[in-house]
Amino acid sequence: MTRRRSAALVGNPNAGKSALFNALTGARQKIANYAGVTVERKAGRLILPSGEPVELLDLPGSYSFDAASPDEEVTRQVVHGEFETETAPDVIVLVLDAANLEQHLVFAQEVLELGRPTVVALNMIDLAERDGLTLDPEALSAALGVPVIPTVAVRRRGLDELNRAIAEAESRAGEANPSHWHLSLPERRLAAKHIARGAILSKSARHTIENGVDRLLLHPWLGPVILFALLFIMFQAVFAWATPFVDALEGGLGGLADGVKGALPAGLPRDFLTEGVLAGVGSVVVFLPQIIILFAFILVMEASGYMARAAFLMDRLMAGVGLSGKSFIPLLSSFACAIPGIMATRSISDPKDRLTTILIAPLMTCSARLPVYAVIIAAVIPSTTVGPGIGLQGLVLFALYVAGVVGAMVVALILRRTVTKGAASGFIMELPRYQLPRLKDLAIGLWQRGWVFLRRAGTIIFVATIALWILLSFPRAEPGESQLDASFAGAVADGLHPVLEPVGFNREMSLALIPALAAREVAVSALATTYAVDAADEEVAAEGVTEKIAALWSLPTALAFLAWFVFAPQCLSTIAVARRETNGWKWPVVMIAYLFALAWIFAGLTFWIATALGL
Amino acid sequence: MTLDGFESGKTARIVAVDWAVLAVDEGKRLKALGVDEGAEVAILHRGVFGGRDPIALRLGNMTIALRRAHAHAIAVEPA
Repeated sequence: MTRRRSAALVGNPNAGKSALFNALTGARQKIANYAGVTVERKAGRLILPSGEPVELLDLPGSYSFDAASPDEEVTRQVVHGEFETETAPDVIVLVLDAANLEQHLVFAQEVLELGRPTVVALNMIDLAERDGLTLDPEALSAALGVPVIPTVAVRRRGLDELNRAIAEAESRAGEANPSHWHLSLPERRLAAKHIARGAILSKSARHTIENGVDRLLLHPWLGPVILFALLFIMFQAVFAWATPFVDALEGGLGGLADGVKGALPAGLPRDFLTEGVLAGVGSVVVFLPQIIILFAFILVMEASGYMARAAFLMDRLMAGVGLSGKSFIPLLSSFACAIPGIMATRSISDPKDRLTTILIAPLMTCSARLPVYAVIIAAVIPSTTVGPGIGLQGLVLFALYVAGVVGAMVVALILRRTVTKGAASGFIMELPRYQLPRLKDLAIGLWQRGWVFLRRAGTIIFVATIALWILLSFPRAEPGESQLDASFAGAVADGLHPVLEPVGFNREMSLALIPALAAREVAVSALATTYAVDAADEEVAAEGVTEKIAALWSLPTALAFLAWFVFAPQCLSTIAVARRETNGWKWPVVMIAYLFALAWIFAGLTFWIATALGL
Repeated sequence: MTLDGFESGKTARIVAVDWAVLAVDEGKRLKALGVDEGAEVAILHRGVFGGRDPIALRLGNMTIALRRAHAHAIAVEPA
């Protein structure tokens, strides 16, 4: 029996493993979790020059086999063949940052000590050259006893040579197995220094660009100003740049609905397609452009190395509420989606710190809430400008995001003094080198995220929308009676309404909250479906959900609905991830309870204050 | 002298690290990054808030962020 051979990328964080992984496997990637732990497993297929496919694993970056985080523990176990559901890789591809040899050779020695078939990818050799380093791969190969291939993942340099070396690695194994390893850490460090010196042919005294750029971006007061400006631009862009694409999508969907109406006779099947499927799923899909733009900003910040600087800048503020700059990265990711955000908390080594971050992650406004905000804002906030280039709608959106952040900070402060009490956490991290993000890596990242969103639209949202349509459409109304009043959904909303009426919600809103538990963005499709089903005549039904809200909701009601969504518990998937990450129902229940309480209180406050102000 | 009080931009040699005051994982991480006896470091940047915390260090070709409290556990001398 021939088993497919496997290889694994191993190396320090920031060695450029992910870029190399993308370059080697292209879009043939599968992202999942390692069994039983919540460490992301990235696997792809590499095609050797012989045409033989090899399963390539991108293992989490590690500084040492003496693991200080769950990520590092996974790498250690997989490489040692101790991870139950993973076979040890046949070939190890050890990725070293060419400009950071002395540092990366410390862990490299630990990997080489294993005596497994290994190939070294001397990565980012172009950045080393930019820094004025000239390296001798052959000298390095002689010192390490394994092939060394200079690579520039982002420019596909050295990939063919690397593939060839991977193909030959197993037959070469044992050729040169240095027996002088098995050293202590100080000895290893000394050896690393020695080997690195031997591999560096020349070193000009040129300063790295990091120094200059960091002097600006980490400047004591300019740094935070730049960070804040960047985040502000990000949220303005989400609104402004997406508009033409959203309009085009809406136009296409409208045309599709008209086509269906023309092709099918009036009746339930046609209503199902236009009012149920197209009105519901369509109203969510139109937000794809905004989600892509938001993710593009986050991916660029991550790939360029700026995200770690943001963590540095935010550390002191986060320390003020008992967290560290490390929490900033998961929390910023939560703006896109709380699920990867909560999963990213794995990089936080302090357990109480991590738990607190998980509990407040849902307060970061995720992209799924964006459709809800966008529809309501477009409906009730005038599209005027309040200054050069600053739209009022964008400003309100920004305020909603700020409300979530402030809420999260206050909640963190309270949690750290009560349920997650403990010693203040530390902050130690490497600030990676700056790099120009590569378009292909960005495209792969956006494709993966966009696909996840569309899949949700095609599955969870599709099912929730149809279920809601059925609840809304049956039993059929008697002539003269409103369909909403007659339906099952109307009865459910009536039951919920007494709780939500005090905070200004109308019945359609109470109704929309039920399916929104499956996924936030369903609230919009639910409103769209509700209004489409309830429309007395075709003309009213043809209006978009935005126009309906503008016509039917008062401003205090709309603002209360927005406030509700700032705080209300997120989708079921988030709760499921929180359960998995905290190993039990205790913390997810705490999370749901406090979020519902906050949502009700703040929706109420917003409604009462707005009403009192006569808005 | 400890690292937190060392002049920014000047190279310091680490003479001792008080591992006892650091959490176990923090010690591991610092060691893994090469912040250990004998290493030469320089403070590149300091934060703006709360007594200019955190600190960005240059070590070899790397930039490492840590808190003042960690730097206080690191004894240095001018290199």
